[in-house]
Amino acid sequence: MGELKLMKGNEVIAEAAIRFGCDGYFGYPITPQSEIMETLMLRKPWEDSGMVVVQAESEVASINMLYGGAACGKRVMTSSSSPGLSLMLEGISYLAGAELPCLIVNVVRGGPGLGTIQPSQADYNQATKGGGHGDYQTLVLAPSSVQEMHDFVELGFDLAFKYRIPALILTDGVIGQMMEKVVLSEHKPRWTDEEIQKISGDWATTGKKKSRDRHIATSLHLVSENQEAHNHKLQAKYRKIEEVETRYEEFMTEDADYLIVAYGSSARISRKAVQLARANGIKVGLLRPITVWPFPTLRIQNLAEKVKGILSVEMSAGQMVIDVKLAVNGKIPVEHYGRYGGIIPSPGEVIEALKQKLIEGK
Amino acid sequence: MANFDIKSIIKEENKIYSKSPVLTDKEMHYCPGCSHGVVHKLVAEIIDEMDIQDKTIGVSPVGCAVLAYDYIDIDWQQAAHGRAPALATATKRLMPEKYVFTYQGDGDLASIGTAEIMHACNRGENITVIFINNAIYGMTGGQMAPTTLLGMKTSTSPYGREAELHGHPLKITELIAQLPGVDYVTRQSVQNAAAVRKAKKAIKKGFENQNKKKGTSFIEIVATCSSGWKLSPVDSNKWMEDNMFINYPIGDIKVND
Repeated sequence: MGELKLMKGNEVIAEAAIRFGCDGYFGYPITPQSEIMETLMLRKPWEDSGMVVVQAESEVASINMLYGGAACGKRVMTSSSSPGLSLMLEGISYLAGAELPCLIVNVVRGGPGLGTIQPSQADYNQATKGGGHGDYQTLVLAPSSVQEMHDFVELGFDLAFKYRIPALILTDGVIGQMMEKVVLSEHKPRWTDEEIQKISGDWATTGKKKSRDRHIATSLHLVSENQEAHNHKLQAKYRKIEEVETRYEEFMTEDADYLIVAYGSSARISRKAVQLARANGIKVGLLRPITVWPFPTLRIQNLAEKVKGILSVEMSAGQMVIDVKLAVNGKIPVEHYGRYGGIIPSPGEVIEALKQKLIEGK
Repeated sequence: MANFDIKSIIKEENKIYSKSPVLTDKEMHYCPGCSHGVVHKLVAEIIDEMDIQDKTIGVSPVGCAVLAYDYIDIDWQQAAHGRAPALATATKRLMPEKYVFTYQGDGDLASIGTAEIMHACNRGENITVIFINNAIYGMTGGQMAPTTLLGMKTSTSPYGREAELHGHPLKITELIAQLPGVDYVTRQSVQNAAAVRKAKKAIKKGFENQNKKKGTSFIEIVATCSSGWKLSPVDSNKWMEDNMFINYPIGDIKVND
C-alpha cells in the first residue's frame, strides 16, 4: 500500500503528475485551480526527475506548449478552469487533429463569461462534444473524489497514449478545493529515450535519423480526399474508444424504480440522496458516468427498460440530460435538476426534485 | 577553338556547388521571386554543414511557409497560427540537446503571435527564430500585415496604409532586441549573392548559439513577395531595397560577443 495522506484535490493532481512520471507541466494561473502549478513550483520536480514546469504567458501558450511537448512523445499536461479552457480550444482541436496525446485538467467554475469562481459543471457540453472547431472528441474522465483525481492522472496519460488523443480530467471547484484522504502511488520514473522510441518511435519528432522518413506533427490536409480519409480514421478511433473505454459506476440500481444519473461532485450529492430516499421508502439508484465521453449510453438504455424515470442531476442548466435523453430515446420520462452559478444542490433538494418531477408528476 | 562538349565540364573535379541533401527534391510551391526558397536552402545547408539533421526540430508557421516540412528533410511540428514559439519552448526544454528553430512570417510572428514571441524571447528560450518579413499576408492573398509600410497598398489597405486608420508598421525586431533574454538579434536579406552569404552566416550563428545556452537568437530576413506586391521578381528586389530597407535597416541589432 502506498502513502496515505490528507490532501486537497488540486494538490493531488500535481503530486500525481510527479509520481506518475509526467515530463512537463505548462500552465497559467486561474482560480480555482492555481494550487496545481503552485504545488509543482514548490516541489521543484526538475531537481529530482528533470520534469519541466513552465508558467506560460497565457492558456493559449500553455496548450501550444503541450502540442510541442506531445509531438516529442513526452507526457505533458496542463490545467486550467473554464475561461482558460475556452482559450485552449483552438489548441485542443489541433492536438486532436494531429493525434497528439496529452492530459488537460479543467477545474470547472460557473459561467458564462468571467462568471464566478465557485464550482460548476457547465462545461460538460464543451468537454464532451469536442469543444473547438472540426469533428473531434477528447477522452473525458470525471473524478468524484480526491483519490480519483490522483488515479485519473495516470489513467488519463495511459489512455491518451493508447489512442493518441487528448485526455481531459473534467472536475470542478468542489473536488479541486476539498481535502480528502488519498493513497499516493509509488514514484514511477519518467520514460527514457529508449522507452519513448518504443512507444512513439513511429511518429514522435525526436530528430530524423538517416534510417527513417521525417516525422511531421501536423493537422493540415490540403487535399479534401486526404482530409476526409483522416476524418474517417479519427471517427473509427472514436467508435473504438466508445466500445472499449466507457466507464461508469452503479449504486443501488438492482431493484431501483427510479434512476439518478450524475457525475463528479453531483454524484457524491446524489449518492447521499439515494440513501436518504431509500430510508423514506423510495427505491432510487445512481449511475455515475466515470467517462463522460465516451458516455455510458448502452447501460442507460438497458436501465431504462427497468426503471420508471430518470433524473439527471448536474450543476448546470441541463447539458448531460441531453445525452441521457438520447440514450433513453423517449421510452421513459427523463428530467433534469440543476443548480448553477456556483450553487451546490443539497441531497434534500435532489429528493424533492425527484418526487416533484418524476414520482408525483405521474 | 577546341571542340567544346558539355560532358567535358560535368566532372567531379569541376563541381563547385550541389544541392544540400537536407533539401528535399519536392518542387516548391513558392511564387517566382519569393525569398522563402532561398532561406529554406540556407537552413538546409546549415543543418547539413553542422551535421545536425538528426538533432534538429523545426516548427513551421501558418502562412506561406506552412509547408516548410515538405522541403527540409528534418522532423517538423506544424504550429497553429502564431504559436510556434510556444511549441519550440516545450520542445527545447524537454529535449535540451536538440536544435530547435521556428520559421515564421510577419503575420504569424508580429500580429497573432506577438505574445508568444515576446514571452519566449523574454524567457530567453534557447532556440533560433527565423522571421521572414515581407510586409504582407502572402498565403491569404495580399492583406495588410503589421509590418506593412505606410502608404503601401494591400487588399485590406486598398488606398495605402494610413497610420490614423491602421497604425504604424511594427518594428518588432527592435522591440525584441530590448529583452535581456535575447542573445543575438540581426536583420538580413537575400536579394543578391552578397546578401545571401551574410544571411547564411547570421542563421548559422543563430543555430550555433544554441550550444552556448545564452538565450534566444532572432534573425529577421527582410523579404520580397512579388505576388502580394504585384511586382516582377526583379522590381520586387529593387522596391525592397528602396523602401523596406529604410524602415527595416539591414545589419546586426544586438550582438553579445
